[in-house]
Amino acid sequence: MFGLNKKDTTFLLIVIGLTLFTPILMQPFAEGSGLAQFNGGYPDLMQKVAIFGIFAVGFNILFGLTGYLSFGHAAFLGIGSYSAVWMFKLLTMNVIPGILLAMVVSGLFAAAIGYVSLRRSGIYFSILTLAFAQMCYKMAYSVLTPLTNGETGLQLALDDPRILDKAIEGSSLPVTNIFGLPMNSSYKLDVMNHVFTFSVGFYFCAVIAILAFYVAIRLFRSPFGMMLRAVKSNQHRMNYTGLDPKPYTLAAFVISGMYAGLAGGLLAAMDPLAGADRMLWTASGEVVIMTILGGAGTLMGPVLGAGVIKYLENIFSKINESVLHSWFHWLPDGIEDLVVWVFARFTGEGWHLTLGVTFMLVVTFLPGGLIEGLKRIRDRVKNGKKKRDKYDDPDPDHHPAPTKRVAGE
Amino acid sequence: METILLQLLNGLDKGSAYALIALGLTLIFGTLGVVNFAHGAIFMIGAFCAVTLSRIFSLSFETVDPSKLDFLGNPAKIKTPYVEAWFGADAGAWMIDWAVPLAILFSIPIMIAVGWAMERGLIKHFYKRPHADQILVTFGLAIVLQEIIKYFYGANPISTPAPDAFRGSFDFGAALGFDPNVIIYPYWRLIYFGFAAVVIGAVFSFLRFTTFGMVVRAGMADRETVGLLGINIDRKFTIMFGLAAAVAGMAGVMYAPILSPNYHMGMDFLVLSFVVVVVGGMGSLPGAVAAGFLLGILESFSSMNEIKSIIPGIDQIIIYVVAIIILLTRPRGLMGKKGVMED
Repeated sequence: MFGLNKKDTTFLLIVIGLTLFTPILMQPFAEGSGLAQFNGGYPDLMQKVAIFGIFAVGFNILFGLTGYLSFGHAAFLGIGSYSAVWMFKLLTMNVIPGILLAMVVSGLFAAAIGYVSLRRSGIYFSILTLAFAQMCYKMAYSVLTPLTNGETGLQLALDDPRILDKAIEGSSLPVTNIFGLPMNSSYKLDVMNHVFTFSVGFYFCAVIAILAFYVAIRLFRSPFGMMLRAVKSNQHRMNYTGLDPKPYTLAAFVISGMYAGLAGGLLAAMDPLAGADRMLWTASGEVVIMTILGGAGTLMGPVLGAGVIKYLENIFSKINESVLHSWFHWLPDGIEDLVVWVFARFTGEGWHLTLGVTFMLVVTFLPGGLIEGLKRIRDRVKNGKKKRDKYDDPDPDHHPAPTKRVAGE
Repeated sequence: METILLQLLNGLDKGSAYALIALGLTLIFGTLGVVNFAHGAIFMIGAFCAVTLSRIFSLSFETVDPSKLDFLGNPAKIKTPYVEAWFGADAGAWMIDWAVPLAILFSIPIMIAVGWAMERGLIKHFYKRPHADQILVTFGLAIVLQEIIKYFYGANPISTPAPDAFRGSFDFGAALGFDPNVIIYPYWRLIYFGFAAVVIGAVFSFLRFTTFGMVVRAGMADRETVGLLGINIDRKFTIMFGLAAAVAGMAGVMYAPILSPNYHMGMDFLVLSFVVVVVGGMGSLPGAVAAGFLLGILESFSSMNEIKSIIPGIDQIIIYVVAIIILLTRPRGLMGKKGVMED
């Protein structure tokens, strides 16, 4: 189905199912119960997960397949947001044109930046992309203020032209919508004290995320995806076989830039303002962290990473010392204070500390990310504690699989 | 002429900071082959060493002086810093005033320990891994260090003044025969430049004229052969990592009066220092120093009004533009060795 083999179709259908039922799945605890704070089923968070999932999937097309580590992808996110907001200001509050423009503009930027950056590889590529992203960021703050509104950020105003929406203009700021259906409208369902929120914004993001994910699967399985893997595993060998890697890497860069632009456009569609902060290099670092944490080069990894990080970010920031005290009140006083003190460093304000530590641990001990961790657990359950070596694992980079014992090994 | 001279001077102090951080980065890359994204955090920790020492010196105890009354009519409490009580009033006041320069002595052992712990605890496991992994793990480490500092010192910049003696400005114009008050330059920045020159000179002579430096240079050229000659090159490289950390830390200590330390100053400087290293040439120490000063001066020249009126906003992006041009036309950098990281 959809031009995929059976395994991938099942996989895609599972992903679609999970995505569409997210408002229910992420709301497992009853309202008012002690665990309700772990519920993640509110629209704001779910939209973020979907949007950053798109961003990370796109980043993974570049980093996971070709191995080029870009440290400037947030620039495309910011560019996408700015273009979408301009579309909302000038043409219409319908989100479709805005998102399309976001993809086109960020694609153009990606083509220009990629053309230059891809002349170098390795760490030079990382630094070039970082330099370009910082340039965009600094320019958004200084020279391009008429376009970006500088530090205030680009916002909607009442006297914007909005050519197509003139007739329905009211006295308050219009909201983003899709053919008249406002993005922030939602339907609340109360089942046995569980409140499920189904919002238009989330489902819009979810549908686009599924489309983006589908495109990514097709890319991964296509001959083009194979070429990108070839770039990662050995570029010199690729050159010797008479293939020029440049067009492939550039195409991958542009595609992943357009994914980032799409994510930026969606961010603007959910909340129509754009600021230069989105282009800061720490934001680029965030998407790198998401992809690595989930598992670079895998299909599901980046989505998983984005989901885990955004969920934990929201939950961890909510846990303050009084919540911790209520959890550990059964401990003896001195120990309770100590335990609460330790946990409080990692929650609330300390969320970034948790993120940094987790990221370091993952890079050090689990370079394949959470996906590899899950795989290891599954293998452990299936095979018991059999002694294994690296030739037991199927290796997607090499076809056919290498022989098991090589002389001199 | 005056404006050009002024901008040249303005570029020097920023250039010195870039040069010092880039020197450490290059030293680490040249010896250990590791791309260290946590180097900016080391600079930041150095700046906070200055903050810490000035806080320690101003720790004080309260005594009640019954002969004086405060405005409520209670006996007045007088705060006396411990250092004044221990070393006498004059020496104590002097120490509080000179906290920042004294912090250099205080920071060297701390920074060497931090560098040593980083290298032995984390980075040594990444020698054989790809550069991307090294970037990622040190990026994570930088976040962690930054958050720890944020917890202890808060998110706001902490102003750390220079000693009173250096608080004024030096009238360069008058000294060189121009009109007075045209080219004035704060003493502290002048000191910073001199300090940077001394540190850079010391590092270079250490590498050039000592046996230890000779071994390290040999190891940079061919690590394996030096190891085969029976020299424990890993240990020497660990010491170099500590030295690089100390250089960045001292740069941070001395920079504290120029820019009030805040927890993300390291990241801001790191990006620019990386650009500096790339422009100078990966693994080339003179290149890093030259490029540091060059970019610092270019940055301050491009912030002149005359230039900004021709190309608006150029002062914000000049460094990146230069880096992009260099990388595309001469990828090994201004003074990079042929064949080192050229693809």
